[in-house]
Formats: sequence, structure tokens, C-alpha cells
Amino acid sequence: MAAAGATPDLEVRSLTKRFADHLAVDDLSFSVARGSFFSILGPSGCGKTTLLRMIAGFIQPDRGDIAIGGRSMAQVAPNRRPVNMVFQHLALFPMMSVAQNVAFGLARRGVGRAERTRRAEAMLERVGLGGAGHKRTDELSGGQRQRVAIARSMVLEPTLLLLDEPLGALDLKLREHMKLELKQLQSAFGTTFVYITHDQSEALVLSDHVGVMNHGRFEQLGPPQELYYSPATAFVAGFVGANNRLAGKALAVDGAIVELVTSGGWLVRARRHGAVTAGAAVEAFVRPEATALGRTRSELPAGQPVHDGEVISLLFDGANSAVLLRERDSGSTLRIALPQTGAYADLQPGARVSFSFDPERAICFATAAPAHA
Amino acid sequence: MPDTPAPASGFGRLVLALLLAPALLWLVGLIILPHVDLGVLSFRERIAPRQYVASLAQYRAFFSEPLYWHVFVRTALLSALATALTLLLAFPIAWTIAKLARGRMAALLFLVCLIPFWVSETVRTLGWMILLRESGVLPALLVHLGLTAQPVELLYHDATILVGLVYTSLLFMVVPLVGSLESLDNSLIEAAYDLGGRGWSVLREIVIPHAAPGITAGCIVVFMLTLGNYLTPTLLGGKNSLWFTEQIYTQFITRFNWEQGAALGFLLLALSIAMVWLGLKASGQRFTAVMRRA
Repeated sequence: MAAAGATPDLEVRSLTKRFADHLAVDDLSFSVARGSFFSILGPSGCGKTTLLRMIAGFIQPDRGDIAIGGRSMAQVAPNRRPVNMVFQHLALFPMMSVAQNVAFGLARRGVGRAERTRRAEAMLERVGLGGAGHKRTDELSGGQRQRVAIARSMVLEPTLLLLDEPLGALDLKLREHMKLELKQLQSAFGTTFVYITHDQSEALVLSDHVGVMNHGRFEQLGPPQELYYSPATAFVAGFVGANNRLAGKALAVDGAIVELVTSGGWLVRARRHGAVTAGAAVEAFVRPEATALGRTRSELPAGQPVHDGEVISLLFDGANSAVLLRERDSGSTLRIALPQTGAYADLQPGARVSFSFDPERAICFATAAPAHA
Repeated sequence: MPDTPAPASGFGRLVLALLLAPALLWLVGLIILPHVDLGVLSFRERIAPRQYVASLAQYRAFFSEPLYWHVFVRTALLSALATALTLLLAFPIAWTIAKLARGRMAALLFLVCLIPFWVSETVRTLGWMILLRESGVLPALLVHLGLTAQPVELLYHDATILVGLVYTSLLFMVVPLVGSLESLDNSLIEAAYDLGGRGWSVLREIVIPHAAPGITAGCIVVFMLTLGNYLTPTLLGGKNSLWFTEQIYTQFITRFNWEQGAALGFLLLALSIAMVWLGLKASGQRFTAVMRRA
């Protein structure tokens, strides 16, 4: 068992795919451990769908190899790979009942009718749809349809389940619900899930590991906490979680701390990530919740640089409430999370406030030259 | 009066009536009235010059005269065969247009199917005759290639009639098929492959059930057109064609026996309706759903 556990369920080596004029997937290598939930997160057009379709076998890579369960998939057709896919719009077969949908793959493998019916029913039971086998697919709710799509794949006991933004088409409330359900189903089945999404909150909540993809490459690959608290690039810092971006020029570099001035003339101190030289163009990121807010300067924690600002608007969203404010001298806008005590619920636009953040919790990158024409 | 507008509903009804009038006139004047007249004709018998009595003699003649019977059954079977062949030929074409070709290419392929219909059916059929007759292009080519010693007559065979009928009907099968295949979500096909399906099982389990209304619509239209076709069987089949429409033509035009012709016409209509009904029953389709596709 130890040896089996050591083989990653998915191993991608130097995978490359070029479409007419752009590189969709650029020399990508990574592996996904058995039983884990792996997400590929990126904006639309970053190549994540191409990557997923290459793993499923619908697109042939130009270069590189994909190994699933330790076996190269180079010459294996999509219908022979130990991989199943949950499609973006689920692609349930409308001409079949729910049970026939689930039994479809078994029938293709030559499983007998009685055995097929039994296994399909057992699988529907497992995803909480016992007794719904006779229904038409359009009689189900969005969440139930998703469970049928997963059951239809899982009944074949694939090594890998690919999910192509299955929550994208759902409304917000259902999406939140299905997120939890997906996570529970994955841990119940113990199957390796590879999930692609452009929604960073889905990726953070669901995954053991996330690859943040941009221009056909992974900007960073790691557990969600790592992406959030120590982003490797400015792209990851800006894409994962809410963040305030301050673009400017480095004035001085003092060990790990950079002093920078924004284009509006605001002096900020932030922790350096990678090489930053004085005079270089830089981008700094400050998380809304890393910033302390006070009506007066004395309310703020001691020992941090203090800034003054004016409230533009209050963004009330329950536990995620924030205030949007303008730094007094430079006019930079900044989003700051409100404490959940409700202490600032009465803030009005135009109110004067002070704020501060620990320079260690702000992160500064040298601005990359515009990549990929 | 001018400043009190007519009630909207009354005005709307007038507009609706005017818009429907041409279609209704056409339907009543050219379809319903002649059929009523023919129906009356078919149920009478001439006992003396200008003397008629109501009778079933015309229908009795159909059942007692083997020639009528045989031609009737033969027409039905050949029409069904032509419909099946048209479906087999049209399906790959429709698949190419709907699923494989993109944008301009799809439009171009559609145009290629349509172009033959820019000339009349007579000219198209004469084109086949030029190709197939004994002194025609194809027999000469066969001799030239050394495949036959003498030019062979390729006209006046059942196979020739079938070729002509399939050729004439192809577009009427391609159009509803393209419509129903275009509405098939590609991800369903991919999902079927992903779950282990192969070409044939995907076609049988996913594509055909989805395209069933289009297939049925195409088959109904082609079958009716073929069954009622006069020109193609007559020109390509010659005297051997034995197509039922010819029998009707002979009764009306050659023998001036309008009563018998009307009875045969109604029998053909009954056959057409019966076959369509059977087709719908067999494929489990509903007429209204199918007609929306056609």
C-alpha cells in the first residue's frame, strides 16, 4: 500500500499545447497525490480548460506526457482512460432516466443488465438520490443534477475525476451549498478530484492544493493557505482573495522591508518578495483584513506607520463588511475589513479615520516586464 | 368618430383575418374543394351516358384488378426503400454540415445541396437520362474502360428509379436532420465518449434518440414526396416503372375515367396517411413535435 500511495494519481510532464497563434499550455509539469482535491485556478483564457481536456483525452498535446495512476496516456483514447469528467453544464443525457444515465458507462463496459441496475441504484443511494432513478433529468434541481453527474462518473470507479467548473452555472446560494457537498462527496469517495475554476473562493474552500494558472503556466502551486498568505507573484496576490494593490516606485530597500512611494505620492512600507532594487517599479499588496482601523490615531496598535483617510463608502456584507476609503494625501483608494463587533457600523461617507498595517503583512513585488505579447 | 379609435380587439381580429385570407383561400379553393369533389366522384358509377349512381364499384375494381393492387404495393415498398436510402445518405451529409464544418464551410455545403433545386425537376431528371441512356455518358465510359463490351442500357430499371428518387429527395432529408443535429450539445457526445462509449454506441444511444424528431420529419416528407412523385418514375423507369401515380394519370387523362382515377387518388392518400401514422407509432414520436422540426 505504501508503494501504491507513492505513485501520484496524475503526473503531467512538460505538457505543451499551442493553438494557431497562442500558447494555451506552456511546458507545464506537476503531479497530484492520490486521494487529494486539486484545483486549477485561473482567469478565463489562461489555458485551464485546454489542460483539463488534454487530461481527459479530448485534445492531443503538442509535447509532453500525462501519466494517470503511473501509466502514460499518450496513446490512450478518451473512452479508455481511467478518467471521468463532470462537464461544465453537466451534460446529463436528456433522453435517458436518471438511472439510465448512471448505468450508461457500465453498459459500455459490458456489465449485465441486472448488475448494472443494482450498481446504479447503489451509487444513487450513496449520493443521496435513492429512489430517484426513474425520474427524468429535467425533473431534478440543479444540485441533484450535479450529484447525478458525479454519480454517473463515480460508478465507473475512475482513478481521477475531472470537474470543469460545474458550479459556474448555478446561482450563488446553490453554489455555496454545492461547494460543501462537493467537498463531502470527495472525502467520502476518496477519489482524486481535479477541479478547474476561475472562482478563487471555490478553489480555496475545496482544495488540498491549488495551481494558480496564467498564460499557460502555473504562477504558484501550493496549499490554499500558502497562496493566500505568501503569494509567489504579484498575479497570485492580486487574483487570490481580496487585496489592495498599490503600484509605485521603490525608494529604499532596508533588508526585507521596502519603502515605496505610490504614483500619488503616498509613502508605504512593505515586505519584499524576491529581488527589489531602489528605484525599480514595484507593486505592493495589502489585505483588507491586515489593516487596522481607528477613529483616532490613538486607537491604533503602537509601532506601525499610521495613515489617515476619509471614508468613501461603507460596504456592508455581514461578516465580510468592509469600508472603502481614500488615503488623505495621495487619493489612493483602499478597502479595509470592518471588525465583526459592529463598532464601526455607524461610519458615514466623508468621516475622517486613521488606519495602519504591519509592513510585514504587506507584500511588495518588483513589477514584471509585460509578459507574453 | 375619427377620434374614437376602433376597439383594439376588433381591429386585431380584422388584421388577423386579412393576413390569413390568402392561406385560407388557397387551402379551401385548391385543396379542400377539389378533394371533396374527387371524393364525391370516387363514390359514383356511370351506368349510361350522363347517368350516374352512387356505388362502391371504383373501389371494388381496385381490389379485384391485380394490376392496381400490385402497383400499389410496389409503389409503397419502393417509396419506403427510397426513404431509407435517402436517410442513410443524408445522415453523414447532415452530420458534416451540423457538426464538422464551421461557419462559411457549413453554409457552402448547404448551398451545394441546394443548387440542384435551382433547376426544375424535369431538367434534373433529363440530366439523369443523358447520363444513363444506352447512348449516354456513363455506358460510353464503361465501354471505354473496358468494363462492358457493348453500351448497356442503364435506364428503365428499378434501381434507376431509386437513384432518381433519392437524388430528388435528399435536400428534404438533409434540412430537418441538420436542424436536429445542430441542437445536439457537443458535450453530450463528449460525455458519452468519456463514459466509455464508442462510435456506434454513441450514435445509437445519444445521437439517434436526440435526432429522432428530425429523422421522422425527414422520413415523412421524403416518403410523401416519393409516393406522390410522377415525373421521376415515369422518365427514369419508362413503361416498366409501374408507379401508382401513373395509374391515376392514365385513368384521368388517357381513359377519361375520372371516377376510377379519383378512387385511386384517395387510396394513395389513405396509404400515405397510414404509413405516416405507422411511422410515428413505430418511432414513438408525436406529430406536432415532428412537424415543428420539418
